Amino acid sequence: MTRKTVLNDSHRALGARMVDFGGWDMPLNYGSQIDEHHVVRRDAGMFDVSHMTVVDLHGARTREFLRHLLANSIDKLKKPGKALYSCLLNERGGVIDDLIVYFLAEDFFRVIVNAATRDKDLAWFNQQAKAYAVDVRERADLAMIAVQGPNARDKVLGLLSAATREAAAKIGKFVAAEGDGLFIARTGYTGEDGFEIIVPERDAVALWDRLRAAGVAPCGLGARDTLRLEAGMNLYGQDMDETVSPWEANLGWTVALDPGRDFIGRAALEQQQADGVARVMVGLVMDDKGVLRHGQRVATPLGDGEILSGSFAPTLGKSIAFARVPAGAYDGLQVDIRGRLVPVRLVKYPFVRDGRSQLEG
Amino acid sequence: MQEIPGDLKFNKSHEWARVEDAGTVTVGISDHAQGALGDLVYVELPSVGDTVKAGNACAVVESVKAASDIYAPVSGEVIAINEALTDKPETINEDAYGDGWLFVIKPDNLADELEELLDPDAYAELIEGDES
Repeated sequence: MTRKTVLNDSHRALGARMVDFGGWDMPLNYGSQIDEHHVVRRDAGMFDVSHMTVVDLHGARTREFLRHLLANSIDKLKKPGKALYSCLLNERGGVIDDLIVYFLAEDFFRVIVNAATRDKDLAWFNQQAKAYAVDVRERADLAMIAVQGPNARDKVLGLLSAATREAAAKIGKFVAAEGDGLFIARTGYTGEDGFEIIVPERDAVALWDRLRAAGVAPCGLGARDTLRLEAGMNLYGQDMDETVSPWEANLGWTVALDPGRDFIGRAALEQQQADGVARVMVGLVMDDKGVLRHGQRVATPLGDGEILSGSFAPTLGKSIAFARVPAGAYDGLQVDIRGRLVPVRLVKYPFVRDGRSQLEG
Repeated sequence: MQEIPGDLKFNKSHEWARVEDAGTVTVGISDHAQGALGDLVYVELPSVGDTVKAGNACAVVESVKAASDIYAPVSGEVIAINEALTDKPETINEDAYGDGWLFVIKPDNLADELEELLDPDAYAELIEGDES
């Protein structure tokens, strides 16, 4: 059965084109996804991301539990409110999911995982948490709105009480503050500054309406996808899954091989590192007309690879993609588009940073 | 949703065909189709002089979301293509039944093939189920 967020009626009233996303009925766009993309790069847009799963972890041994569960090191989080991006790995080093975890108190951490992976993530948490007596509590009573863009923070701050505004205005990137019944984190999935706001479901529609009145444009999942791809951010299920390790998904920067920490998947990752990784994830840009898309074959002198996330990049006016290719295949790459081999360039990403193309110079 | 002009015929695959006074056939995609595809970013048209066959793929339109084959509604020779779409594919989103036309065919067997196409009412009925 298709699930609906508390904002479903709001989306429909705005004329959104709805689509099934991981079992949820979500807005793809409200008219033009390219216009929505540009408004986030240039001003401020908002996304209903209430389909994502918020899980609260309680218990005296929660930090110890996360030390074992996550490939990144939870001990990087020293101050309450601080957030960390990490992979959740299986014993083979494959990625079960990627997530953000917030340190709120020594006996209370909050994790946000993907919608499509909810069931297996909860099952995994519950299975692993038993040994640490950690209570795993899904917060289905919470909605989430991401407000993103160069003017996003100012527009949000203008809606807050004086005390909450002061707290939210001073948080750095990847930090959360609480106030006015809101959990306000300076995080996002667009490459722009902004907040992701967790709000009780009963208050979500009112917050959405106040944001609209403040000039924040509703944006759909279509724009969210092109924004995150330009920003060089992975999408679970497309860029990595349980058959892919962080080394093969360009997520090595999120793996902390700190001495003496025995996290799930560590032995497999170290073995892969010692053996050498056969496949790597790279960024591609196509100067010819056309669009790179998921599943297209990438022909290289060292053998075939494939396009992972691929799309038209509105900020760049051309197509970009992530691809997984044989390690060392950096020249002479071509993509098979409906039987035609089209040359592509391997580039460093993010493709766009702070609203600007990173492709030139 | 834009009203469907009465002088058009349709493929079930959402192409429209308009028989012009000169007996040529102008081809495009329906307003419903452009809405479903979303923002168009690339159009691959046949070449002038190409022979196309009714029901065969002869062009591609790509939106941010998806690539979609365009099937010729009638058989014949391509005698004109809408080159303005190369730089402005979004014209199809803005005016699917007008400036967003794709190409013009000089038909071989118009009378018979026209019979196979849907009239505006039948097409409206076909897409009714898709409207949200």
